[in-house]
Amino acid sequence: MADRTPAPDTPELRERWGSFEFTADYKAKADKAIARYPEGRQRSAVMPLLDLAQRQVGEETDTQGWLPLPVIEYVARYLDMPVIRVLEVATFYFMYNLKPVGKYHVQVCGTTPCMLRGSDGLFETCKKRGMKKGAVSEDGLWTLTEVECMGNCATAPMVQINDDNYEDLTPERLDTILDALARGEQPKTGTQEPGRHTSEPLGGPTTLKEMVEANHDYRGEW
Amino acid sequence: MPKVTVDGQEIEVPDGATVLQACELAGKEIPRFCYHERLSIAGNCRMCLVEVKPGPPKPQASCALPATEGQEIRTDSQMVKTAREGVMEFLLINHPLDCPICDQGGECDLQDQAVAYGRGGSRYHENKRAVTEKYMGPLIKTIMTRCIHCTRCVRFSEEVAGVDEIGALYRGEDMQITTYLEQAAQHELSANVIDLCPVGALTSRPYAFEARPWELKKTLSIDVSDAVGANIRLDSRGREVMRALPRINDDVNEEWLSDKGRYMVDGLTRRRLDKVWIRKRGKLQQATWEEAFKAIARAKPGKSIAAIAGDLVDCETMFAARKLLGAMGSGLLEGRQTGMDYPADNLAAMAFNSTFAGIETADAILIVGSQVRHEAALVNVRLRKAARRGAKVFVVGPQWETTYPAEFLGEDVSVLGNLPAEVAEVFDKAERPAVIVGAGGLAAGAFEPALALAQGWSREGWNGFNVLHTAAARMGGLMLGYAQKGGMAEVAKAEPKVVLALGADEVDWSAFDKSLKVYIGHHGDKGAHAADIILPGATYAEKDGTYVNTEGRVQFAEKAVFAPGDAREDWTILRALADALGVEVGFDSFAELQSAMIAEVPALGVEGLADLGPLPKAAKGGKGKGGTISYPVADFYLTNPIARASAVMQRCSAELARGEEILEAAE
Repeated sequence: MADRTPAPDTPELRERWGSFEFTADYKAKADKAIARYPEGRQRSAVMPLLDLAQRQVGEETDTQGWLPLPVIEYVARYLDMPVIRVLEVATFYFMYNLKPVGKYHVQVCGTTPCMLRGSDGLFETCKKRGMKKGAVSEDGLWTLTEVECMGNCATAPMVQINDDNYEDLTPERLDTILDALARGEQPKTGTQEPGRHTSEPLGGPTTLKEMVEANHDYRGEW
Repeated sequence: MPKVTVDGQEIEVPDGATVLQACELAGKEIPRFCYHERLSIAGNCRMCLVEVKPGPPKPQASCALPATEGQEIRTDSQMVKTAREGVMEFLLINHPLDCPICDQGGECDLQDQAVAYGRGGSRYHENKRAVTEKYMGPLIKTIMTRCIHCTRCVRFSEEVAGVDEIGALYRGEDMQITTYLEQAAQHELSANVIDLCPVGALTSRPYAFEARPWELKKTLSIDVSDAVGANIRLDSRGREVMRALPRINDDVNEEWLSDKGRYMVDGLTRRRLDKVWIRKRGKLQQATWEEAFKAIARAKPGKSIAAIAGDLVDCETMFAARKLLGAMGSGLLEGRQTGMDYPADNLAAMAFNSTFAGIETADAILIVGSQVRHEAALVNVRLRKAARRGAKVFVVGPQWETTYPAEFLGEDVSVLGNLPAEVAEVFDKAERPAVIVGAGGLAAGAFEPALALAQGWSREGWNGFNVLHTAAARMGGLMLGYAQKGGMAEVAKAEPKVVLALGADEVDWSAFDKSLKVYIGHHGDKGAHAADIILPGATYAEKDGTYVNTEGRVQFAEKAVFAPGDAREDWTILRALADALGVEVGFDSFAELQSAMIAEVPALGVEGLADLGPLPKAAKGGKGKGGTISYPVADFYLTNPIARASAVMQRCSAELARGEEILEAAE
């Protein structure tokens, strides 16, 4: 996390992004986000606006999107708030990218449950394809990040790629997904385990079995 | 009024008090870092943990916990002791133990509290965190590894200064305090974060490695950089004033000080006049006191002598000069150097009548011709407080960046005569409407119309008419009669043979070509350049003196150091001059001078707000001549001779006011 610093403020950066503005589409979404809060409290919409800005940058650069400093300043102006307050938010949350990323931002969970279920293998798979942690791969497609728990421990190990989660992974399954993404296809999201729908236990319920059919009062059995 | 028990002692606390305040009221010391009386509550340092019943069976942060009826608070239990030790241990995990090379050493909250509440030793063997230094401008030196993330500086700049520029980036262990892109902190109160910082993360850059607090002699003084009269403490070593720090005075400066008042002190040792000079054949040449006094006596001024007081002089100096002139038979006294000629016969009409603490409670404020941030930065803090409480602020004058929502009504004084209906309505409905006339407004002739407006909006028990002066000497000068009906023009018209310039550096001397100009002052500035004879005097740090701030508040300053070289305290020069001119002034010591002054102007003898009497009736039809307002302060950092001589202020001016790029020397 220590390398999570904003991309340096260079003349090139200013030139590329200095004139950034929401497109009509994004502007409508941004104004909708602002309208959710009372008048004069437009600052509360800083998080959705940063997200929208990141997405628009992503569309313009054909990547997942990131937040160059001029874009952060634009959001600050849009919400009439000090830019340092926007930067505080942008640097606090991990989902705002402060540096350019690839088209697919592969975020592999390395926290204990995923690690026990084989996330090390997933990192290997990614690295074999030329991904490096915190950097964009040469073909511009991938950025690999190790993240902490994303809350899918029941279906560990998992990977988040842009807006989708892929769970119950093995190196082979991840390879298939990445191949599909590289071809421009949209692989099945969620669990990759055949026969599993979400995070239900494999092979039928293991606890609270009486609850499957009807509501059951367990209190007498404690 | 809830009743709580603190360590077995039952006390009643005000409604809305926190547990921490309750403990303080009971006389218990609660260690703290993030909590500060004048800032919002953050609750992030956890140092103020106490045990509270009823409540969860764990220590609680007392700064953020409201005191409620029947609470049983313990600050002396084993749980509290271990909790404090634990918090201190965590704070010290990433704090470098570099006290020997830290400027905060000796006046460091962390150091003191680690001794009082910490464990004896460390159990931490891993590597400590290191944080790169952040640039925060020419006044604030940062060693961010020492930061304990109390966020006092962030809250100060957001809440008090009103310039959101410091923030906490990243999170968790990587949290860093910085300004946006490490730009210099750009407001007039930026250096107050140095006092607020409980550790050595933000220290004073000009004062870096200069002295240790226990080496310094501490003298109570008054800031003369503006008319606020902030209470300061001058820390001196030997003959040099090392730094100025604010003292707490809730009526005046709370506990803040403007950057200029704080950092112009290095100007006290630069460009000083420490010899007597006489102009011979157009050139200033060194001379002795006797020669100078003889030269003045040779001019045989008789009644034709005038005295012009500068912006920084104390009342005693002005009174001594008045006595001298009186003995000569002259009354040509003037203090408004730039030529303003507002009526000065009623002092109440010349004072900040609402008082600084009172203006906070105003609910509609009209500022006429004052760039308050530059002319009285600490008053701007009060105005911001008022605005945060809901006051509506309107400004007549050129646009400037306010730190609160304000509406600009135009640059011409004539707008006072026909205020927009909705503005007039705000004031008509307001319970405590206030008008503040600044120096720019006075110069443009806004005095009469502003007074008329204020009287139209008069309320029972509330005086809303305020004049905000820019010079520390102004109110005292007016009380001592340093005002002619026509201002400086009147003095010039009298063509005095001798003009005594008491540190007067803003005067246009071309009008006094025929006069012998005697400059009694401390800095080789504009006044000295124009002078025929220079008699070296003392600065505010080098003499005892009485100052009256723009509220009419009389305050005493004490002498911190001795004047350099041949320089003398100003009153002694005037006393000797009286002998040279062969007149009696009636005092031989400072005490005699002071008691003579108090005998003539009793108000100057009592510390505190002087009673200036009722406001005059505004002249009928005083709609104002109309004139465009311009602000007198062109550069906040260089408004007086001491500041102009100060290297720190010059650098601030170059970097912050004029935006020049300053290259750092490699350290």
